[in-house]
Amino acid sequence: MKFVAVTSCPTGIAHTYMAAEALEQAAKAAGHEVAVETQGSAGAQRLTPQQIAEADAVIFAADVEVRDRDRFAGKPLVVGGVKRAISSAPAMLAEAEEAAARQPAAAGGGPPPTAAVPVATGPPGGPHFGIRLRGWLMTGVSYMIPFVAAGGILIALSFVLGGAEIANKVNGGTFQGVKYPGVTDLSQLWEQTGFAGVLFKIGAVTFSMLVPILAGFIAYAMADRLGLVPGIVGGLIANAIGAGFLGGLVAGLLAGAVAMWLGRIQVPRAVRGVMPVVVIPLVSAFVVGFLMLVVVGEPIAAATRGMNSWMNGLSGTNAVLLGVLIGLMMCFDLGGPVNKVAYTFGVAALAGAAGGQSTIMAAVMAAGMMPPIALALATVLRRALWTEAEREAGEAAWLLGASFISEGAIPFAAADPVRVIPSMMIGGAVTGGLSMAFGASSPAPHGGIWVVGLIGKPLLWVLAILIGSVVSAVCVLVAKSIGRPTAVEAVSAPAPGLAAARA
Amino acid sequence: MSDVITADFVDLKLEADDRQAASRSLAERLVAGGRVTDLDGFLRDIALRESQMPTGIEGGIGIPHCRSVHVTEPSLAFGRAAAGIDFGASDGPADLIFLIAAPEGGDASHMQILAALARRLIRSEFKDTLRAASDPEEAAAYIRREVS
Repeated sequence: MKFVAVTSCPTGIAHTYMAAEALEQAAKAAGHEVAVETQGSAGAQRLTPQQIAEADAVIFAADVEVRDRDRFAGKPLVVGGVKRAISSAPAMLAEAEEAAARQPAAAGGGPPPTAAVPVATGPPGGPHFGIRLRGWLMTGVSYMIPFVAAGGILIALSFVLGGAEIANKVNGGTFQGVKYPGVTDLSQLWEQTGFAGVLFKIGAVTFSMLVPILAGFIAYAMADRLGLVPGIVGGLIANAIGAGFLGGLVAGLLAGAVAMWLGRIQVPRAVRGVMPVVVIPLVSAFVVGFLMLVVVGEPIAAATRGMNSWMNGLSGTNAVLLGVLIGLMMCFDLGGPVNKVAYTFGVAALAGAAGGQSTIMAAVMAAGMMPPIALALATVLRRALWTEAEREAGEAAWLLGASFISEGAIPFAAADPVRVIPSMMIGGAVTGGLSMAFGASSPAPHGGIWVVGLIGKPLLWVLAILIGSVVSAVCVLVAKSIGRPTAVEAVSAPAPGLAAARA
Repeated sequence: MSDVITADFVDLKLEADDRQAASRSLAERLVAGGRVTDLDGFLRDIALRESQMPTGIEGGIGIPHCRSVHVTEPSLAFGRAAAGIDFGASDGPADLIFLIAAPEGGDASHMQILAALARRLIRSEFKDTLRAASDPEEAAAYIRREVS
């Protein structure tokens, strides 16, 4: 038989190649052919489409997400960690043989008829669920990062060129006492707001894709192409109901699960062709859309209303405590509903502030600038703890944080919410509390470092941001190094036992 | 580019109580050879990689390895420990220890030599030859020949 395989490991200098060698030797011994793509640091010799088309089955021996796995859509698949391939390559090949026998690959290699078979399922002995979950999230995040970088930098540039009021010129609102109507007819955008306004608008549109792309490609990682439609639709609805990136995570995982499940349904040969093109997209988009709108949407709206009125009742509370609370909220969901409540509270405070300078707004802005800066700092301090994609996101995050574009932190938070979000909240509480304690004040609803000239007590305000950033960076590094060993250990743990059981 | 391994980086009588001590002992040879600039920094990177997943491989092999900013060029130190050192493999301790040091951000052509080495580790004749080697120069020359 002919097989293709992909091997990859975290460092990409040893196990990737050992696994490749083990598979090649085992194939030779058993009279099979195998072509291996080593996704390691020495560069991958990419499998050709023809090699993939001719293969009877696909083997992933990978501890990190396989790149471009859609190339293998519809092929019988065996999944395991690199260590499994090294210690029991013959067993993996035998499984690949079985898989090929169960589900003959399409002769022409064309994806459509078999695309209904999800690639991410694998045998029950595949990697631990936690590892797969992280792989799914990372896939979504890696597709989202270019949007974050492109959109964020466009918006930051528009602030630099047009001043922080550019956001209000485009969207409407009040900036330092001047009321802007906003641009309702886009054909007037250039005339009314100039080049900076155009930059801002492009950036804003790019940002509107963050959650749909995140959700779409999480679902794509789970259920391959079948996941895209429900994932993107779910993500768009998450945007529409203001559910933020956490809503997008939910939508993506939901969509992937629904598409995976629908893809497994056995149907008569006659209707098999229309399943991936019509039936599954239709049903999965409906199910995910319905759940997001009806089941998820209303509670979020209710919670937002509740938080708004609760916040409004807080006026007169101790200022530092209020700053701490604002910091916690700003950093909880980075543009999601909780963050929005805090932000709106800040903007409302701005409207009623004496002299147009609001301490609350300053705390809001500081706490919103902190997370991307903290994460950028963390990627520099401990490069090895982060994936390549995250390190790249870290490079853009400096500018995004400085520009009060909290979205710069979303790639990190979406990839590992349990460790990243609490770490950000701790630093946010510090920054928010300090900003209030220092009595820093802001007349502007956004702009970040670009409006520092307008900030009251600017140096202390920057200090509050820096202290919070260091606190968050340290927290996230500690969290990453505590939890990780067990999480990654799980990849290799089931492998030897499984091999023994099957041998 | 210098040789990935020289006789100075080979210790056929490696004695160490545990994997950290083994890595340190081999890493000191790389420091002496100018391949590693900061011993402690490098060992931290090794330990970090080791903490993600043990690097023991069935068949008596331990491959502590990392990419590190403290490494100047792809290098290998080889130690043979008759007593065996636990590297977390399921079938017991390792007697052949390969400390693989890759520079952070090394380009693909640089890394090819380490990829070739990793592939050899799977071959029994490679392991057998190294188990039988009688002096460091012989072992280093054999490895260089195999991976070039």
